Amino acid sequence: MAVQSSFKNMTLCLFAVCIVSSALLAAVYAVTKEPIEVAEHAKTINAIAQVVPEFDGEPVSDTIEVAGKKYPYYAVSKAGQPAGYAVTVSASGYGGALTLMVGVTADRVIYNTTVLSQSETPGLGAKCTEPEFADQFRNWNPAEKVLKVRKDGGDVDAITASTITSRAYSLAVETAVTVYDAIVAENNKGE
Amino acid sequence: MEYILIIISAIFVNNILLSQFMGICPFLGVSNKLSTAVGMSGAVCFVITLATLVTYLFQYYVLVPLGIEFMQTIAFILIIAALVQMVEIVLKKVSPSLYQALGIFLPLITTNCAVLGVALMVVTNEFSYGGEPHMLDLGESVVFAFATSLGFGLAMILFAGLREQIALNKVPKAFRGIPIALVTASILAMAFMGFSGLV
Amino acid sequence: MIMGKFQLITKGLIKENPTFVLLLGMCPTLATTTSAINGMSMGLATLFVLVLSNMAISATAPYIPDKVRIPAYIVIIAAFVTILQFIMQAFTPDIYKTLGLFIPLIVVNCIVLGRAEAFANKNSVVDSACDGLGIGLGFTIALTILGLVRELLGSGSAFGHKFISGDGILVFVLAPGAFMALAYLIVLFKKVTAKKGE
Repeated sequence: MAVQSSFKNMTLCLFAVCIVSSALLAAVYAVTKEPIEVAEHAKTINAIAQVVPEFDGEPVSDTIEVAGKKYPYYAVSKAGQPAGYAVTVSASGYGGALTLMVGVTADRVIYNTTVLSQSETPGLGAKCTEPEFADQFRNWNPAEKVLKVRKDGGDVDAITASTITSRAYSLAVETAVTVYDAIVAENNKGE
Repeated sequence: MEYILIIISAIFVNNILLSQFMGICPFLGVSNKLSTAVGMSGAVCFVITLATLVTYLFQYYVLVPLGIEFMQTIAFILIIAALVQMVEIVLKKVSPSLYQALGIFLPLITTNCAVLGVALMVVTNEFSYGGEPHMLDLGESVVFAFATSLGFGLAMILFAGLREQIALNKVPKAFRGIPIALVTASILAMAFMGFSGLV
Repeated sequence: MIMGKFQLITKGLIKENPTFVLLLGMCPTLATTTSAINGMSMGLATLFVLVLSNMAISATAPYIPDKVRIPAYIVIIAAFVTILQFIMQAFTPDIYKTLGLFIPLIVVNCIVLGRAEAFANKNSVVDSACDGLGIGLGFTIALTILGLVRELLGSGSAFGHKFISGDGILVFVLAPGAFMALAYLIVLFKKVTAKKGE
């Protein structure tokens, strides 16, 4: 059955197995690289399209530094006019990081929000992805309503038994508004 | 401060066995007796910490500069397998008594998914400890790995203690062996759920 | 002849079911069965690796020196797992994201290495493929059942279709429920197969 082991053939054999496996992997990697990028790109575009009003052309990706932290964002425009910004923000939830994409329109109103990644408790905090909770942020005007849960004196209806998640969500949206202000301030400076 | 949060989170809140489900094979397999559970925990502790240190360095000083991150899984498992072999050889020479205690567990550790799991976790996941999510640096990774293995040890030893007690009791025939162990693990996991939200 | 191959496949389903009888590969079994779909995806991913690695190991085993066979098998398995990762990232990114770390961890799933050692390295390529298929299907079915039970109890739905308004018994979606549901399924499986044997 198996070959007698000697130092020479053991090394040779392991070496051969490694070389063949690596070559195979490199080949598959080369083939799947493009579909992977396409899939990731489609996902980002999808998320952006959910949170900002209708736009044309490709969203422009950029990052901005606010209070020492870098935030990636996408700027979209319609017919040459800026239509809004989709900002990626995160906050610390109950089970770990809660990352959102928040869309703010050109007139400083939140258009919509979507959860990019979360590790909240299923059935409790994880309900933050459901429309019952998330839809209250649609067309939210931060100048009129306070982005804090009612318990903390704000206007956000918290998820039952998941105040920490609701707080994190509100905080993330609030951060997005701050980032939006910074983006607008920088654009005005440039002009 | 952050180190303390990492330690509490890795031991209690995100316990590798009871909430992440990694390393269940030794958890069910060698938890019949308290003494073997202690031995296994010691060996795992040693290997996880060492493996995470080496794979972390390998990821950022070899794979990333060469642009071959896709070789990650193969490279990591080979490093772990080689490391376990080396630890076995060194231990045999340096401390025969420690080798006697841990030796038989070492070959099993290569296929313990907690080791590869932790090594992969620190280079792919972002962690947030009360602040912004970020990738762990070298120091944090090693502390994280060590604390995770302590969590493994804690769950393992508690579980072995419980199983020793259960062995003395009358258990319905169909439940004998693994099923009753799983029910015990379930109750233990419930107890550990009480820690969630702590960090 | 054909009967023999058929038996190779079916033995993995009941007599040597990797989850309920051999109790192997417990980590993904417990971790990824929060819903029937997730369990099934994990099972199919493992099936893919198992069939291919069984075939490759069966074909190369005669040329691999005995002392380095385990590292060689691990490399072969890891290569197939990484290929699976690429394919999933490209075509099923959502499932890939849900299963997360447990896809690369197929490398250390004892079922895969176990079949390589116990079957593939001493049988023909076709037989090894059948064995991989059988064990893989047994694993997939077990994970789907466990996922279904947890989903039904935990969120009151099956394969994503909800029957009840509101929540189920949440604990079944969480960690303790995984252990509990698996314990009772193993007992049930034992009872049913024991009756058949009589």
